[in-house]
Amino acid sequence: MKHEQKHNPPMKYGMAIDLDKCTGCGACMVACMSENNVPFKKDESNKLDSITWIRVFKLTNGKAYPDTDICYLPRPCQHCEGHDGHSPCVSVCPATATDYSRETGIVSQIYTRCFGCRYCMAACPYHARYFNWWDPVWPEGMEKYLSPNVSPRMRGVVEKCSFCFHRYQQAKNEAYLNGESRVSEEAYQTACTQACPAGAIVFGDLNNPEHRVHQIVRPDTKNGNKSRNPRAFRLLERTGTNTKVYYLSSREWVRRAGDNYLAHEKTGQVSKPHH
Amino acid sequence: MKVDRRSFLSFVIGGAAGTALSPLPWKLMDDSSIWSQMWPWTPVPPDGEATYENSTCSLCPGGCGISVRKIDNRAVKIEGQPGHPVNDGGICILGLSGLQMLYGPTRIKAPMKRVGERGESKWQEISWDEATQILADKLTDIRNRGEAHTVAAISGSDSGTVPALLQRFLTAYGSPNFIRMPSGRDADELAVKTLFGEDGRTGYDVENADYILSFGSGLVDGWGSPVRMIAAASTWKDKNVTVVQVDPRLSNSAAKATRWLPINPGTEADLALGIAALIVANGAADSSAVSGFGVLKAELLAGYETGKVAQTTGIEAGAIVELAQGFARADRPLALCGRGKGQTATSLRETAAIYLLNALAGNINQDGGMWAIPEADYIQWPEVETDTIASAGLRQPRIDGAGAGKYANARYLLNRLSEGVNGSGPYPLQMLMVAGANPCHDLSDSAGFTGALAHIPFIVSFSSFQDETAAMADLLLPDHVYLERYEDVPVAAGLHQRVIGLSKPVVSPQFNTRHLGETLITTAKAMDAPMADAFPWDDYETCLEESLAEKWDALMEEGVWVETDIDPISDTIRVAGMNAPAIAAEGDESGFPLLLIPYDTLRISSRTVGDTPFMIKTVADTVIKGLDGFVEINPQTASDAGLKEGALATLTTPRGETRVRVHLFEGIKPGVIAMARGLGHTAYDDYLAGKGVNFNELIGPVEDPSCGHDVAWGIRAKLAKA
Repeated sequence: MKHEQKHNPPMKYGMAIDLDKCTGCGACMVACMSENNVPFKKDESNKLDSITWIRVFKLTNGKAYPDTDICYLPRPCQHCEGHDGHSPCVSVCPATATDYSRETGIVSQIYTRCFGCRYCMAACPYHARYFNWWDPVWPEGMEKYLSPNVSPRMRGVVEKCSFCFHRYQQAKNEAYLNGESRVSEEAYQTACTQACPAGAIVFGDLNNPEHRVHQIVRPDTKNGNKSRNPRAFRLLERTGTNTKVYYLSSREWVRRAGDNYLAHEKTGQVSKPHH
Repeated sequence: MKVDRRSFLSFVIGGAAGTALSPLPWKLMDDSSIWSQMWPWTPVPPDGEATYENSTCSLCPGGCGISVRKIDNRAVKIEGQPGHPVNDGGICILGLSGLQMLYGPTRIKAPMKRVGERGESKWQEISWDEATQILADKLTDIRNRGEAHTVAAISGSDSGTVPALLQRFLTAYGSPNFIRMPSGRDADELAVKTLFGEDGRTGYDVENADYILSFGSGLVDGWGSPVRMIAAASTWKDKNVTVVQVDPRLSNSAAKATRWLPINPGTEADLALGIAALIVANGAADSSAVSGFGVLKAELLAGYETGKVAQTTGIEAGAIVELAQGFARADRPLALCGRGKGQTATSLRETAAIYLLNALAGNINQDGGMWAIPEADYIQWPEVETDTIASAGLRQPRIDGAGAGKYANARYLLNRLSEGVNGSGPYPLQMLMVAGANPCHDLSDSAGFTGALAHIPFIVSFSSFQDETAAMADLLLPDHVYLERYEDVPVAAGLHQRVIGLSKPVVSPQFNTRHLGETLITTAKAMDAPMADAFPWDDYETCLEESLAEKWDALMEEGVWVETDIDPISDTIRVAGMNAPAIAAEGDESGFPLLLIPYDTLRISSRTVGDTPFMIKTVADTVIKGLDGFVEINPQTASDAGLKEGALATLTTPRGETRVRVHLFEGIKPGVIAMARGLGHTAYDDYLAGKGVNFNELIGPVEDPSCGHDVAWGIRAKLAKA
C-alpha cells in the first residue's frame, strides 16, 4: 500500500452531476443496466425490489399549482469514504464482500464473497444497494447481449453500482500495454456518464487537478471534502458519509432537498465531525 | 465414562467458543456463499474479441449515430457515436435498448401464415419461397381482375429507399393507396406548402437561438431529434437563453424552461396569434417577411385583442404582453410547434400561427431561426412505365380520400381509412400491407381501426416484432431489425441541415428474416412484366448503392452524409388558414367535465416499437403499478371527485371507458387530466403487454377542416371512483 502511494498518488474517482442539465430521460439507468448485465423481472413496479444501480428520482418543491417545480436526481452508489475509508456498508459486512479501495476510492462488491445477509443494505443511507431475491431470468435469446466483463449475479447476493470498475480494469491493462503509468481521464468513463445526452454527469479523479470533475467540484480536503462550488451539495452530507457524488443545482430548494434540514437550519451547513 | 450435565454443557460451550475463535466459521461462510453460487444455470457470457462497429439508429426519426460493442459475433452494448453530427456521443433510452429488441423473444423468426382465426396469433412457419409466392399470386390475382387499386400499404415513413421501393411497388402495380402514418410531418408539410408556396419542411437552429417559445413541444421529451435537442437544451442555461414552455402540464420540458405558462389545452393558436397581434401593434414586426402584411395586421388587431386572448387561453394578459415584448426584443427568437414528441399533427391554423411568429421575428432562414428547406431528393430512379392496368388503377380515388374534394390539401389521411373500408368508401380494399408501423395500437381510435380490418380480406405485415398489427395479419414477412440491415436513413426531425445516415448490419441476421427491400424486389420479379421491369436491380444492396451514387463511398467510410449548404425555399410567407375555427375536443362539457390530454415521455416509446424490459423498468410506480395505468390529476380536482392518491377510478370519454389509478400532481391545470402515450399494449410479451392503458382507445380523430388531418389534442372525459 505505502509502496504504491509513493509512485502513484491515490485516486479518488467521483462524479459531478449537474441537476440543471438532467432532464430525467433515464438513459443513464438503461446504459448501466445494459453495461452491467442487470437483470429485470416482468413486474418492476415494486420499486423496493427493482434493481437499478443508478436510479433517477423525481424531486418536487412541494408548492401548489402553478408554482410547482420538479427536478430529477440520478443516484448511483455514492462510494462513501466516511472517515478514512469507513463507508457505512463496508463497516458492517461480515464477509468482506465489500471493501473501500484506497487506490481508487471505489467501494467494491465481490459477489462470490457475499452470502446475502443484507446488513449493508440496512446500513446504506442511500438505498443504493439491491438484493437478488430471485435468480435472474433472461428471456430466450437475450442472454446473447450479456457482457463477459461483468459477472451475472445469482439469487442471494447484493449488487450495486461499481463505477463500472470493469472499465477501470480494462483501462489499466491498456495503459500498461501502452507504457503509461496512469489511466487517463478519457480512458476510463462510466457507462452512465458516456450515455447521458445532456452531459449532466462528469466522472473522473477528484484528486487530479487536471480532471474536469475536480475543476467543477474543487473539494476541500481539509473540510471533509466539501465542495467549494456554491452550486454543489452532497446527499445527506451532514451524516459524514463523505460521498464522492456531488450534485450541482442553481435552485435553492433542490440543494435543500439533499438533506433533512429543519426549518431553521441553513442549507449546506455541515456539522464538524465529533471525534 | 460418566458424563454429567455440567460437563456436557461445559464441553459444548467450550467447543463452540473455540470454534468461533477459529477461522472455521468465516471459512464456512465464504465457502457456502461460493457453493451457493455455482449453479449450472448461472450464465457465463462467453469472452472473445472486443470490437466496435458504427451504424445509424432508426428506432425513432432522430437519426443518431451509434457505436455497437461486440464480443466476437455478439452485440453486447449500444453506445452513442462520438463526433457524430446529430448526437455527438449521446444516446437516448430507446437507442440503448436496441439489443433487447434484436435478441428478444418478441421477434418474428420466420415467414408465417395464419392458421387459426384472425387475432388468435396461431401461425404456421413457411419458407421464404412459399411466402413470396403466396404474396405474388394474391397480388397477381387481384391485378388481373382490374382491381389493382384495392391494394393499400401503410408505411411509417415515405422517405428513404425502402419506403420508396414500397411506393414504387404500388405505382407499378396500379394502386394510389400508399398511406403514411399520421404525424407532425403532415402539419409541417402542409404549412410549408401553404405559407412558403413549395414542397419542403422546416428545420430549427435551436443551438443558436436566444429566446425559445415552445408551444407544448417536448424539447427534452422527444421532440425533433431527441438527443440533439437535449444536448442543445444543456447549453441554454449557460448561454442565458430564455425558454418559455407553453404547456397545460409541467412536463420535463416545462420544468427545464425559464418559465412555464400553463395554458388551456387546445388554445395554443390563439396565444400565438395574440402575441403576433401585440408584435404588429408595437411596430416590432418584420413586415417584409409576410406578404399581405397590411391585411394580416388588420385581422390580428381586430380578432386577437389581448384581453380576449387571455380569456381564451387562461394566461394572464400581463404575461402575454411580457411574452410578446421578450420575443420581439430578443436577437434570435424562435417559436416551436408540435405537442410532445410531435407525433400528432397540429391544425393548419396553429402551425401557421406559430410559423407566422417566426416570420414576424425576422428569423426565417437565419442563424438561430426557422428554416424552410426542400426535402432531400437523392433517389433518382427511372420513372415507372405503367401499363394500362396500372394507369387505370392510379386514376382511382384514394381509399382515404386524400388529395380530392374537401381533403384536397392532404397527402395522407390514415385516420379516414376505417371510414373508407366500412362501406362508405369508393371501393372495398382487398389487401393491406403494413411496414414500419403499428396502427392497431398507435392510431387514434385504435379499436375502431382494428375492427375495420375485418373488412379487408388479406393483411400482410412486414414487422420484425409480434406487435398488435402483426397479430391481425394473415401473412408475416418479417424484416430484419435495424441492426441487421443496410439501409439509408434520411433524417428530417427538425434539423436545419440535410442528413443521411447509413444503417449497417452490425450482426448477421439472427433469424430467418429478410430485408423488406429484398422482399419487395423479389416479389416484383416473381410477378409479370410491368412489375418486374420496374425493379431492375439484382438485389436490395445493389439498389441502395446505386441510389446513393456518389455518396456511397463516403457513407460507407463515415456512416453519415451532411449537407449544410442548402438553398432555402423562400424567405417570405404568405399567410393563410388563420380564420379557421379553433379545434375543439370531442364531448360535451356537462357529461364530461374534465379534459383528458396525452403526454409524451422518452421512457415510454409511443410509436412503432414498444418499450423494452429495460425501458419499462424505468417507468415510475405513479405511472404503472402492477398492470394499472395512472392518470395525473390536480389535487384540487381529485378532491372534488373524492379521489385520493392511488385510488382506482373509472375513466370515461365519448370513445371508451377504462379503469385507471389516479396520481395527484400539482403540475397540471385543475380540470385537466393527463395520461402517458405508448402503454396499454396487448401484443409483445408479459414484460409489456397488459400494462397501463392505450390512450388511443380513449380518443378518436378530429378532422382539421382545412385538410382532414387528425388534429385532436385531447378529449373530454369524466372520472368516477371505481
